Amino acid sequence: MFAELWNEISWSEVSKASTETLSMLGFSVLFTLLLGLPLGIFLYLTSRSKAVWVQIIHNVLSVVVNILRSVPFIILMIAIIPLTKTLVGTSIGIKGTIPALVLAAAPFFARLVETSLREVDRGVIEAAQAMGASTWQIVRKVLLPEAMPGLIAGLTITAVTLVSYTAMSGFVGGGGLGDLAIRYGYLRYEATVMVVAIIVLVLMVQALQWIGDAFVKRYTRK
Amino acid sequence: MIEIRQLSKRYPGKGKTEGLLALDRIDLHIEAGEIYGIIGHSGAGKSTLLRTMNLLERPTEGSIQVAGIELTQLNKKELQQQRSKIGMIFQHFNLLSSATVYDNIAFPLQLVNTPKHKVDAKVNELIRLVGLEAHRDKYPAQLSGGQKQRVGIARALANDPKVLLCDEATSALDPQTTQSILSLLLQINKQFGITIVLITHEMHVIQTICDRVAVIHGGRIVEQGKVVDVFLKPSHAVTQEFIMEENHLGDLSSWVSFKNGQGVHSRIMKIHYLGEVTYEPILHRVLSAAGIEFAILQGTISRMKDVPYGQLIIRMDGKEEALRHAAVALAEQGLEVEVLA
Repeated sequence: MFAELWNEISWSEVSKASTETLSMLGFSVLFTLLLGLPLGIFLYLTSRSKAVWVQIIHNVLSVVVNILRSVPFIILMIAIIPLTKTLVGTSIGIKGTIPALVLAAAPFFARLVETSLREVDRGVIEAAQAMGASTWQIVRKVLLPEAMPGLIAGLTITAVTLVSYTAMSGFVGGGGLGDLAIRYGYLRYEATVMVVAIIVLVLMVQALQWIGDAFVKRYTRK
Repeated sequence: MIEIRQLSKRYPGKGKTEGLLALDRIDLHIEAGEIYGIIGHSGAGKSTLLRTMNLLERPTEGSIQVAGIELTQLNKKELQQQRSKIGMIFQHFNLLSSATVYDNIAFPLQLVNTPKHKVDAKVNELIRLVGLEAHRDKYPAQLSGGQKQRVGIARALANDPKVLLCDEATSALDPQTTQSILSLLLQINKQFGITIVLITHEMHVIQTICDRVAVIHGGRIVEQGKVVDVFLKPSHAVTQEFIMEENHLGDLSSWVSFKNGQGVHSRIMKIHYLGEVTYEPILHRVLSAAGIEFAILQGTISRMKDVPYGQLIIRMDGKEEALRHAAVALAEQGLEVEVLA
């Protein structure tokens, strides 16, 4: 019985789908970091300004971030198909999925960045100001190193969320393990493949969390 | 070194309310090379005042000059440059928790792009100065409070500042550690001639290392002068409170009606000593010559920085005539005598 089920699985398909998921994950995490980190820093810096026009920019940006965070991923992905096509030329496959993944994850990560930066001791920032540090020097040499454990933890949470988003993208032809699970499990009633796909996803999440935690531990000095 | 004129700071209130006037037309002159103390209760405005000296707190009105440079007129870049020449240490140390002792001290040097070999030489010299050779690669979380403050001091001295601002630098430390940090500050003041401004709510800190002191209350300086003068002749009620807390002298009025063991002609007197005369056996010499017996009811003999001083409450028993003469004779010897009863 078990052997029959086992033989039913096309291992080459599973490994191909896993590779696809990993590459979607890798690219989307990279772009989320590149976009979300500056955005989070910007949100943090503008939230502390007393100038009225800076506060307006902050509030507008904050609303945009909240809107992007409240749209369910599956709907966001379909809604931005025209944008995706202009950006990468296609709306399907790995390439077609990444813009939606980044657009959903970057605001989420930006908020986590903002929160971590707020946790940095106000006194340490004041000490740096008293030493004549510029805003850029404070960001680079005080805020980022001091908030490092929180930033890594935030990136880990974002990456885990992205794993589930990549799976969802299977619904609109995104490829990867989600696509595999839907094609075999949902459309062809081959539950075994679906179970295997889920197990691989679980392992990925576990590995991500484990790596993230290890880095957090390495950078924690308190 | 620091010249403050008609400095006011008002925190804006909400809506149409007046807001809080944290500093009210402060005038302050701090000489180069002195240790200047500012004492006040919490909320008196002392922290705000100290923070105007590197413009962490921007005054609403008035002028503030440090080493001849008017801080309120500087642009952002110029201010950052001036700040690197004004060291500051804090009550809660404010060290980078993600950096080692070495990196914390190197931090201000790296801000002004000091070449690496110079950073190395300077940091090692400072680590030796504050006595942390054994801890250079430790993180702040692994250090005691006193050690953290030593790192703070070394960091503040990295760019050879002319002024060191101390924001309640010893308030989070135990008495023993406080003493060791105060002696380090005193040593730095003597060795480098650096001007030190410190704020505190503890009179003994002022007494231990300060040359001059200002008492701040409700955003105003109510009294200032040499520590010895302010300490021995406090004119403002707040100053008197601080001194009483320190001396445990309590209320003197209870001695006025003190009857215990009192003879026919008894006097309760308060005697002030100041300077080397404190250690002379004047009281014994004068009073035994006049045939007067005395008992010490209460008193303090101590030092303010380098100046010895004393305050005694005594009861004298003797003839009316002899008592009067004795009081004059004590005054002639350089003591100050006050008859309480």
